[in-house]
Amino acid sequence: MPRAAGLARGLVLMIPAAFLALFYCYPVGSVIVRGLALPDLAPLGEVFGSPRLREVMWFTSWQAVLSTAATLAVGLPAASVVARLGLRVRRWVRALVTVPFVLPTVVVAGAFQTVFDRFGLHDGAIQLHHTVWAILLAHVFFNYAVVVRVVSTYWAGLDHRLEEQARVLGASRWTTWWEVTFPRLRPAVAAAAAVVFLFSFTSFGVVLILGGPRHSTIETEIYRMAVTRSDLSGAAGLAVVQLGAVLALILLSTWLERRRPTTTMVWRPESRPLAWHWLTANAAVMATLLGVPILALVERSVATGDGYGFDHYRALGERTRLLPASAVTAIVNSITFAVVATIIAMLVGLSASLVVTYGQRAIARVFDLGLTLPLGTSAVTIGFGILIALDTKPLDFRTSTWIVPVAHALVGVPFVIRCVVPVLRSIDPGLREAVAVLGADDRRVWREVDLPIAGRGLAVGGGFAFAVSLGEFGATSFLPRRADLLTVPTAIFRLLGQPGEALRGQAMALAVILMVLVAASVLLIESGRSTTETAF
Amino acid sequence: MRLHAPLRIASRLLRGPRSIVVVAATLAVAALACGSEDSDPDTVVVMAHDSFVISEEARSAFTEETGIEVEILASGDTGTMVSQAILTAGNPIADVMFGIDNTFLQRGLDADLFEIYRSPRLDKVRAGLALDDEYRVTPIDFGDVCINYWIDELPAAAPSSLEDLLNPAFADELVVQSPETSSPGLAFLLATIVGTPDWEAYWEGLVENGVSVTAGWQDAYYGEFVAGGGDRSLVVSYASSPPAEVIYADPPVDTAPTAILADSCFRQIEFAGVLRGTDDPDSARRFIDFLLSERFQEEIPLSMFVFPALTEANLPAEFVEHARLADEPLTMDPTLIEQNRDAWIDRWNEIVLS
Repeated sequence: MPRAAGLARGLVLMIPAAFLALFYCYPVGSVIVRGLALPDLAPLGEVFGSPRLREVMWFTSWQAVLSTAATLAVGLPAASVVARLGLRVRRWVRALVTVPFVLPTVVVAGAFQTVFDRFGLHDGAIQLHHTVWAILLAHVFFNYAVVVRVVSTYWAGLDHRLEEQARVLGASRWTTWWEVTFPRLRPAVAAAAAVVFLFSFTSFGVVLILGGPRHSTIETEIYRMAVTRSDLSGAAGLAVVQLGAVLALILLSTWLERRRPTTTMVWRPESRPLAWHWLTANAAVMATLLGVPILALVERSVATGDGYGFDHYRALGERTRLLPASAVTAIVNSITFAVVATIIAMLVGLSASLVVTYGQRAIARVFDLGLTLPLGTSAVTIGFGILIALDTKPLDFRTSTWIVPVAHALVGVPFVIRCVVPVLRSIDPGLREAVAVLGADDRRVWREVDLPIAGRGLAVGGGFAFAVSLGEFGATSFLPRRADLLTVPTAIFRLLGQPGEALRGQAMALAVILMVLVAASVLLIESGRSTTETAF
Repeated sequence: MRLHAPLRIASRLLRGPRSIVVVAATLAVAALACGSEDSDPDTVVVMAHDSFVISEEARSAFTEETGIEVEILASGDTGTMVSQAILTAGNPIADVMFGIDNTFLQRGLDADLFEIYRSPRLDKVRAGLALDDEYRVTPIDFGDVCINYWIDELPAAAPSSLEDLLNPAFADELVVQSPETSSPGLAFLLATIVGTPDWEAYWEGLVENGVSVTAGWQDAYYGEFVAGGGDRSLVVSYASSPPAEVIYADPPVDTAPTAILADSCFRQIEFAGVLRGTDDPDSARRFIDFLLSERFQEEIPLSMFVFPALTEANLPAEFVEHARLADEPLTMDPTLIEQNRDAWIDRWNEIVLS
């Protein structure tokens, strides 16, 4: 059916292209054109001419590099452990590590504060409060999931017999890792590192709240210019700088990823033996880094005026006068938005992944680059861009309900791509040929070979997209949105907007519900894979 | 390239254990599709800052009385909302804006955001609140940003003036917000500019006395102030914070654990206006009248924790008992604020942060 095939091919190209053009390129381009009043380049000159802004650019870059390195240092060992766990345990761990990823910064900052206070890190000998160390720690806390999930998925599929052979031939543990394992892992590590870098490079709440007012990054400066000073030209100048830096980084990372992995994937769901001290060490790190702040949160959600109890959870059933809807409504809204955002992200992301993997080289590169850019673009730029650009019918999406999941999907799509592409690329052409030789047609090859393998990456990417939406990542905080469609993070933020222990307790209870929600949905999204995994 | 990706995915999704996901997805799309009807001419769209709340009862009373539905757009904090309105000036996303305050007012007026409307209810508003002689905006509520202190944790007798905060007895006790990222932070900076003879020297003194600065209200009040487990007993917050501490106390209390320093209070007035370019100015005006109705004015204190602009609006018992307004709050002309704000903040950054 050549016509149907042509249609499918067209769709696979058009869906991501239209999505990117309409919801990213056009809005961001509009901000830059209107802000800079091109071709006048004076605002750009001002950015580079100001010593303060040069310092901000420098700080933004090095804290992002350090954050990425630190996250990899903690996350890679954990990924190695998770990759070797039995299927069921692995799935649980992967769902649980996603929890910190979605927590509102304000809540995490509060939890850190409690932990700092309790361990004397606030005023004691080691002070973390409002230091760059607090920023780094928070970035590791939030991004740990990215490294663990992306790398462990890929790692679990590597043929581990190579390592065993190397060990038998007398290579040390370290040599085996460095010479045999790491080169094959590189695509996944590069993908995870790129995402962590972009998140750290554009992080906003962490820098403001945990770093305190003495630390500014390009992201917080763009906010300052665009919102506090209504200086669109200054904001646009910085946005261009941010875009340039992010472009350069993504080019570097795609180059690393594109270097064809020297491996083939065999999907072996069974667990492999694991040195117990390695397992315990990683479990201990995980428990300290993620467990302690999260336990602090849980503790506060059940701490009531007279001991412990579920009063705050019960209070969430009724609408307080401070919120435009009840907390229960907020939970329903959050899930609805997240489901829609995930569908959009998976549809766009899978189409784009196919183009990136099998399409013409130039087009593939543009897609990969373009769809990753939103991760590295400030939320203010995208949000205000949508307001400026999509303002005339039939494209007046400024106050459409759909713009919320679309904006979330902008952040979710790069995750889907980064999870699917390395997996697709690693499919052994021999395997595909073998199936074809056995008489399967193109579609059969896709169904029997590509899809089951891609499905694994797709599910992990979809899990991220869901989490991104539940956590309200991206431009939605700078877009006007219907007040009655309150979501969980916005409800938490507003409960914390007035004094009163009861309100704080309710906010903490809602944060705990958010955590349970994300773990449960990631578990559900990824559980569909079991059939495909056991098929191999 | 592989051709049938979307179709394959769809057909896979419809099989086996994922059907639950598919059902959820269908429901979600349906819910969203139903929720996003186009706003018809009988709907007044209100852009407001995130703290704006209107009760279900008040909203339906307005609809019953006028036949006009109300849709609220939560637009972030006041600064974000005003920026959004400036970016869309002339082709607005809403008919009415609620919540622009005197610190941002002039910026909105300069950008020509509003149409002129003089509400008949304006005569019933407290004196001194209507700042715009041309009736482009209407005052709806007001409140004070003040130094709050935790009564039992103060190391010395309660401060009674801004100067008292320089007292070494209050060393490392005060936490404020950056005027760059926080609206109470800006209000307090303005308070010191009006309320002290030399604000730059005053802030140098505060720095010497160990003032701590956070980005926002939450990290100050819940982070470093006693209320959230911090160790500082003085914080920049609102005159309505003590009643909130009573209303949302856990366990319940009879008196507020905090109090305000009246001499530090800076008055914030919030306004509403008809957005220029609205296609439904009539409904917009009727909604502004409604914002000044007794019904809405009387729910303001407990939903937004500010004070009603209407003279005859009754205050809830909690406010009568626990809230205190400054008799002579500090104020500043909005034009003066707009002219100097950026320079003042730059100077403040130099003194306090470097």
